Amino acid sequence: MSIFIDKKTKVIVQGITGRDGSFHAKQMKNYGTNVVAGVTPGKGGSKVAGIPVFNTMQDAMAKVKANTSVIYVPPPFAVDAIYEAVSAGIKLVVCVTEGVPANDMMKVAPFVKANGARLIGPNCPGLISPDQSKVGILPGTIVKKGNIGVISRSGTLTYEAIWALTLEGLGQTTCVGIGGDQVIGTNFIDCLAAFEADKATKGIVMIGEIGGSDEEEAAAYIKKNLTKPVVSFIAGQAAPPGKRMGHAGAIVSGGSGTAEGKIKALNAAGIPVAGSPTELPALMKEALKKAKAKAAKKAAKAKSKAK
Amino acid sequence: MKVHEYQARQMFADHGVPVPNGEIATTSSEAYEIAERFNKPVMVKAQVLVGGRGKAGGVKYAENAEAAQVLATKIIDMDIKGETVHKVLISEAVDILSESYVGIILDRATQKPVIMVSSAGGVDIEEVADKTPEKIFKEYVDPVVGLQAYQARNLAYKLFKDIGQVRQGADILMKLYQTFWDVDASLVEINPLVTVPGGKVLAIDAKVNIDDNALYRQKEIEAMRDLAAEEPAEIKAREADLSFVKLDGSIGCIVNGAGLAMTTMDLVKRYGGEPANFLDIGGSSNPQKVVAAMDIILSDPNVRSILINIFGGITRCDDVASGIVEAFKQLKPSIPVVVRLTGTNEKEGKKILASVKLPSADTLDNVVKKAIELAG
Repeated sequence: MSIFIDKKTKVIVQGITGRDGSFHAKQMKNYGTNVVAGVTPGKGGSKVAGIPVFNTMQDAMAKVKANTSVIYVPPPFAVDAIYEAVSAGIKLVVCVTEGVPANDMMKVAPFVKANGARLIGPNCPGLISPDQSKVGILPGTIVKKGNIGVISRSGTLTYEAIWALTLEGLGQTTCVGIGGDQVIGTNFIDCLAAFEADKATKGIVMIGEIGGSDEEEAAAYIKKNLTKPVVSFIAGQAAPPGKRMGHAGAIVSGGSGTAEGKIKALNAAGIPVAGSPTELPALMKEALKKAKAKAAKKAAKAKSKAK
Repeated sequence: MKVHEYQARQMFADHGVPVPNGEIATTSSEAYEIAERFNKPVMVKAQVLVGGRGKAGGVKYAENAEAAQVLATKIIDMDIKGETVHKVLISEAVDILSESYVGIILDRATQKPVIMVSSAGGVDIEEVADKTPEKIFKEYVDPVVGLQAYQARNLAYKLFKDIGQVRQGADILMKLYQTFWDVDASLVEINPLVTVPGGKVLAIDAKVNIDDNALYRQKEIEAMRDLAAEEPAEIKAREADLSFVKLDGSIGCIVNGAGLAMTTMDLVKRYGGEPANFLDIGGSSNPQKVVAAMDIILSDPNVRSILINIFGGITRCDDVASGIVEAFKQLKPSIPVVVRLTGTNEKEGKKILASVKLPSADTLDNVVKKAIELAG
C-alpha cells in the first residue's frame, strides 16, 4: 500500500524533450513507473526512450489513458502546463519546476481543487512509492519498501532522511516532497491524512523548515487526528531573520516562522524532533515501540473487559 | 527583491494612489534645487532598503531649501545599519491629522492575499499586531475574483468616519490591490496613510517587495535593483546562479539543495562551530558553479575551513568533483577543505577527487565535525 501513486499510476511527462524532462522520463521508466506519453508543443510524433510524444495534453489523453502528469517545463510555462493537465482530465499533477510566481500559484491552486484533482509542488522532488512507482526526481536507489511514510518541504534533505531510514532498515510506503514555495498544492496535513488512512503505513517522518506556519498547523492536526506516531526534523535553526534561505518559502519574517517556534509546537503536540536527520531512524524506532506497547495494552484491556 | 521608497511610490502613483510631490536627489545641491522649486517645507528621506531609518536619523523635516541642503549633506553617505545612503527623497511636507497603516501580503495559511489595516499607523505594525491584535482589521481576497468594492469599504470604515474619507480610502485600497498584482509584489505597504487639513487622504510612505520568481517578467523592476545596497559576494553569487547568504562564522559551506544547506548550517552550530554562509549550488551539475562557490567563500577572510556536502540526485557527484579539482587548480586554497559526496555517480566522483587528496567523510554529521576540527 502507499499514498497518491502505486502500480496503477500511468504518467504523462510534460516537457519530455527538455534536458531534465528527457533524463527523468528515462529514470522513471527504468525504475518501473508506467510512463505512457510525453508532451512538448511542436515535437508531436517523435519519441523519447520509446515513449511517444504529443503536441498537447488533449492529443495525448485521446491516445493513452493516464491519471498522472509530471511537469518539467521552465517557470514561465509551468502554470499553463498545470491548467492544461487538469483540463485534460489528469487527477494528480506533480510540478517539479522551481521558480513559479506565487501570484500565478494562488490562482491555479484553487482551480486544481475545484476540478477534483491534486497538485503536488511546485518546486518539489515529487514522490516515490518504493517498488511501485516514482514520479519526479527522487533517486530510486535510496528508497526501500517498508511501512514508514515520509513528507518533506525539501529535496536533498529528504534524500538524506530517506537514506538514513533505509540504512537502519526502516523502509517506506511513500515519500512525498511537497515543495519549498509559499503556495503549494498539497500540504503536510493533506499527506498526514492520507498516511493515516493508508493501512500499510505504521509511522510518519515529517521534515519541515523555517517560514510560514504549516508545521504548527500540522502539529495541531496530528494531536487531534492521528493515531500513528510522527517524528520530525526542522531545518533552519541557524538561519538569520529576514533572509530567504534558497526556497521562496524559507524565510523568517517578523519573528514568525522560526525553527524554535515550530519545534516548540511539535514537542507540545507530543512529536519528538531530531537534532540531526541521522537521528530520525532511532526516534522512529522508539516511537513505533511505544505505539506497539500502547496498542498491546489497549488490546489486553479490551480482552479483560470482554471476559 | 526590495525596491526603494521612491520607486515604490512611483508604482503607487502610476496606479492613481495619491502621493505628495517628491523628487530624488543624489547631492545636497540637488536637494536644495528641488526644495526651492517646491517652495514649501519638505521632508528629506534617506533611501535605504533596511528598515528603521527614521529611528536612525535618516528622515528629517526641513523648513526651507537651505535647511534641506544642510540635512541632505548630513544624510547622504550616512551609514544606516550597514547600508550607505546614496540618495535622498525630497518630498513636500504635509500637516498630518491622522495616521493609519495599510498593507497587502500573501497569507500562506489561506494561500490568498490578505489586506490589513489599522488606525494605529505610523509605528511598528508588527508591535501592534503582537500586543494589540484587535487593532488590526483584515480582509482575505479570493485571488480569482479579486478585491470587491464592499471589502475595500469594510476596511475603509475601520479607518475613517467621514464618508468622503471612507470613499478615498476604499479607492486607494482598490488601487493598491491592483498594484500588488501588476508588479508581482509579495508585499505592498503604506505606513502611514494620512489625512491632511481639507480632508484629503495621502500615502506618505511606500514599501514594495517583489516576488523574486516573477522578476523574469518584471524587467523594468529588475533593472531597479540597487547593487550598492547588497553584499558584493551576494551579487557575485547571483550572477553565478547560486543561492547565497553571508553570515559571520568561520566554516564555509557548499551544499546542494536549500533544505540540506540549512541543515548543514544547523549542524555546524550544533557541533560547536559557526557557519560563514548559506550556499546552495542548486540542482544543476555545472562544475563551474563549484568553482564560483569556492571563489566566493575564499574571498571571506573569516573563513578557516570549507565543507562541501553533496547528496547527488539531479546533481551528479562526478560533476561536483570535477568542479572541486578545477577550483583547486585555479584558486589554490590555503585553508582546509573537507568533502562528503554521496548519491548519483558517487564512485566516479571519488575517483576524480583522488587527484587532490582531500580529507573526506561519509556521513552528514561527520563531515561537519571534521570541518570544525580542521578550522582549529
